[in-house]
Formats: sequence, structure tokens, C-alpha cells
Amino acid sequence: MIRVQQEDFDPGEELDRLRDEAGGQAGAVVSFIGLVRDFNDGERIEEMSLEHYPGMTEKALAAIETQARERWKLNGVIIIHRIGPLRPNDHIVLVAVASSHRRAAFQACEFLIDTLKTGAPFWKKEITAAGTRWVDTNNP
Amino acid sequence: MIRLRYFASLRERLGVADEWIPLPETVSDVAGLKHWLQGRTGPWSEALSDQRLQVAVNQELVKADTPVRDGDEVAWFPPVTGG
Repeated sequence: MIRVQQEDFDPGEELDRLRDEAGGQAGAVVSFIGLVRDFNDGERIEEMSLEHYPGMTEKALAAIETQARERWKLNGVIIIHRIGPLRPNDHIVLVAVASSHRRAAFQACEFLIDTLKTGAPFWKKEITAAGTRWVDTNNP
Repeated sequence: MIRLRYFASLRERLGVADEWIPLPETVSDVAGLKHWLQGRTGPWSEALSDQRLQVAVNQELVKADTPVRDGDEVAWFPPVTGG
């Protein structure tokens, strides 16, 4: 399931739904939540704004999910990415997978977030006391 | 006609988000289109010379030798920073 949205999400609710939709077959759920940090490159972050490429974003995320499902046997996949204005500590992204066993779940979750970070068209802009700046590169 | 789109810092630098232009006769691929756009006056030549820029044709990431045809949507943007 892929969603690109401005609204916040409730991680507990999403993970429970992932479990329920796996219909009892999942032995493991692994998730990653990305958050807005309060400091980056020595500057206090007051606000962040996330831009994306509507249409391509959804296609890129769907392609990433398909790749993960080809590599691992998964009972469910969630990718939720927020856009628009965000504040420190806000959720940015939730990636979660359900699988029969934990190893596949850990590996698939890591693959999904790593691939999203290099292949999905999102851009972060930070608003600090010194002004606004586009984030130049992603940290590992 | 082709649709050109620009995102994030590149969009701000160029002052354009979205435009439609007739496919120039001399352009057959992404590299050719970039060269053509760099012929514009203003920030175009320098802004598009950033080697890290990415290009998508019809919403898929592509390389410089990918063909560009009438009706295509070509998007230019800096490295992505989501997640």
C-alpha cells in the first residue's frame, strides 16, 4: 500500500492493519519511521518543506514495492510519505513489511527505505533562523 | 509539443516550474535537449551544467542518450532527498 499525503499517520494503527491484512500468515512486522531532526549541519531547523513530483512519485514507489516483493516473500508492504510543511519531530515516512520470518522482513524494510532515498522524487527544504536552504544530499 | 518540468532548487533558480515547447528540430535525445536549453539566455546554461542533475522522461529516470519524442514529458531535478 502506497500513500503520499500531507496529513500525519498513526504508526500503531498502520502496523496493526498490516498485521490484520496478512491474515495470520505473518510471523514478523518490521518498520522504519523517518523523522524531522531539530538540527542539521549546525543549524536549528524551525520547519521543513517537502516537495515531490506528483505522478512520478507514486510510480517510483510502486516500482520499489514490486522489486521488494520479487526479492522476498512478503505478506504486506506499507509506504507512506508525507509532503508539505513539517516541524521537528514530525513523522516524514513510514516503511513497513510483514513476512513469515524476521530475516526477510528486516532485509526488505532496509531495501525499501534505501531505494526510496535514492530513487523517489522528493526534495527537502529546511527553514532555519539563517534562512531557507535545500537539503543537498541524503545521509546514509 | 513537449512538456518540460523543473523541481526543487532548479525550479527556483530558473524561475519556471512547467512549460510546453515545440520539439526543436535539432533535438533527438536528452543530451540534445539539454544543449538546446543551455542556449537560452539567463541562468539556463550554468544551472543545467550541474553534473548531478537527474532527468526523467515520462516520469522514469533516464540517461543522456534516451530519445525525446513529440508528446514526451521531460523533468529536470537535483538529487532526491526524501525519506
